[in-house]
Amino acid sequence: MPVRTVYTAKIDHIQIMDEHGVVDEKLAHGTLSDQEVLELYKYMCKCRALDETAFKLQRSGRMGTYPQNKGQEAAAIGAGYALQRGVDWLVPCYRENAALWMHGLPMHYVLLHWMGDERGNQIPEGVCMTPLCIPIGTQMLHATGISWAFKIRNEPKIAATFFGDGATSEGDFHEAMNFASTFQTPTIFFCQNNHWAISVPRESQMNSETVAQKALAYGMPTVQVDGNDLLAVYKVTKEAADRARAGGGPSFIEAVTYRLADHTTADDARRYRDPKEVEAWQGKDPVIRLRKYLTARSLWTDEQQASLDEEAKIMVTDVIRAAEGIAKPTTDDIFDYTYATLPPELEVQKRTLRTHSLGQYPEQAALSSVR
Amino acid sequence: MTTTQAHAAFNPKLRRRTDDETGQALVECNLVESITLTLAQEMDLDDRVVCLGEDVGVNGGVFRATDGLHARFGGSRVFDTPLSESGIMGAAIGLAMGGMRPIPEIQFEGFLGPAYDQLVNHAARYRTRSRGAITIPMVVRVPVGGGIHAPELHSDSPEAIYAHQPGLKVVMPCTPSDAKGLLAAAIEDPDPVVFFEPKRVYRLPTREWLQEDRYTIPIGQAKVITEGTDLTLISWGASVYQCLEALDTLPEDISVELIDLRTISPLDRDTLIQSVQKTGRCVIVHEAPKTIGLGAEISSIIQEHCFLYLKSPVQRVAGFDTIMPYYKLELDYLPNASLVSEAVRQTMAY
Repeated sequence: MPVRTVYTAKIDHIQIMDEHGVVDEKLAHGTLSDQEVLELYKYMCKCRALDETAFKLQRSGRMGTYPQNKGQEAAAIGAGYALQRGVDWLVPCYRENAALWMHGLPMHYVLLHWMGDERGNQIPEGVCMTPLCIPIGTQMLHATGISWAFKIRNEPKIAATFFGDGATSEGDFHEAMNFASTFQTPTIFFCQNNHWAISVPRESQMNSETVAQKALAYGMPTVQVDGNDLLAVYKVTKEAADRARAGGGPSFIEAVTYRLADHTTADDARRYRDPKEVEAWQGKDPVIRLRKYLTARSLWTDEQQASLDEEAKIMVTDVIRAAEGIAKPTTDDIFDYTYATLPPELEVQKRTLRTHSLGQYPEQAALSSVR
Repeated sequence: MTTTQAHAAFNPKLRRRTDDETGQALVECNLVESITLTLAQEMDLDDRVVCLGEDVGVNGGVFRATDGLHARFGGSRVFDTPLSESGIMGAAIGLAMGGMRPIPEIQFEGFLGPAYDQLVNHAARYRTRSRGAITIPMVVRVPVGGGIHAPELHSDSPEAIYAHQPGLKVVMPCTPSDAKGLLAAAIEDPDPVVFFEPKRVYRLPTREWLQEDRYTIPIGQAKVITEGTDLTLISWGASVYQCLEALDTLPEDISVELIDLRTISPLDRDTLIQSVQKTGRCVIVHEAPKTIGLGAEISSIIQEHCFLYLKSPVQRVAGFDTIMPYYKLELDYLPNASLVSEAVRQTMAY
């Protein structure tokens, strides 16, 4: 037979809770308990509150450029909750703050980062993650390498990396996926397909029907999930994590979500987005969806919401106070972390900046007397 | 030099003997054999050390620098990777973050290009951007330079590009004994080191007897090869051998101090400054293009620190500011002994 099919594939899309908060009980079975959903909902509201306030901080000149996470909280929290805090590594880009906080990053660190202070990246001992990654897609290789180290040492740990739909156009995405599948590393590639890479829509970014199918080229289990559905995101991430931990290698998850805000505070999405599209996605907001679910189950009341909002406000104030209360670093900090041990020339330059001198060497200045 | 006991002998084909005076175990190596031996010794000592790169496993690398490592340490320590330089560099960074001591090999310096982003924008910056929370101890091994009749992009000298990047250390030894000590130092260094290996002198016919037991040579120390009082000749990599050849052609009454930088970054300024303050004359020799090459920086350091000691302008003998030619013309392009000799004579006659 001259022609035969050598490969066929299908991609599943999974949704457990629809935008009205109605759940497919069969699929929901064994995912999250009502109590867990309730706690995660409260957490999601707090993260949203901090995100909204961070936007205002930038607008009032108290913080630099900030990329809002608004609308993508279920993806970050669902994935983060499926991973083991202090054991598994998170290798983020910059739109999964909620997962980082859940895994132990002090909340004000994220603000510090966007306030132009590297101390926001100074991941505390025992907290397993890399700092926010500004270039697109480069961090995925680090996740592959980190999890490769786990595999070499036979440790039951995994690394999960987060990135957007645009990042899958980068070469490093493909190199990371290829390395991970070739070496069967315990890695989760978690794509937050939020439909927009700054101003370029997903359809213009790639010609493939889904992002998830890109993983097929690497022989990797892959799935598309409703990224605004906490239960579904948790379920698919937990499955990928269990598989990786059991030696089953890497997985790919395309979480279909939406960037409800601008790309960053330096962006104006009205220039390129149809307001009707944004409006439609506001109806699928993961926070609203969860509240509908909890309310329908008589697990949540308006009074509880009011009390939570108040609690969130206090928390946000504390976080901002922590970020703004930290003293400006000294100029020595510019030098002190360049190498483990500072080379002599950098010692000189450090003193130069400290004293605002021209960096003349004392011995050189003394040459005038030699003459 | 610090010394510790090495493990069982690697590569039994190498000639070995005991030094009559010191009782020290010696082994006879060329540059590439010395590198392989050191890799084996370091992998013996430290389970965290892994080698990865294109063809470094079963094949032992295109220059055979990892020859025998896969057989000795197996496929969980020596990895044949996909053909993917950014992948190699990025995954190595991840391995380092994950607690390993990776030694990625980039097959030729011309293929550092695809890995540049990972090396410069991540490996070099991580200690600083995380304020010391995340560090990248890794040694990037890269054959470098021209003179082996290789195809395009197999003969360049990009050391200044990487030396210009804060956060990286750049090393380029040119003798087997220096390579052994510097490679061991690079592997134990807590920061990323680009370890350039001048491929033109990988297999010089004259091998060197060197100490077999582990030792380190501190990164950042130049070596005075010959002491002299009239002129300081500074070079590194394969060009050191052209300088040595030039010395043989010079009149005996010209006393030249030849310095091999060995480390490109951080530069051993003190050795250079002290030498030129003594001699008052300086010639710098390198393969890389002249303009904005490392010679320019060294020349500027000398100007800053030795101005009143100078008896003549600092001279540079360097590659031209052109694309490295294909191999029919490469020897015309590269600095050679007669040019070095001429530069020394002119500087003396100034």
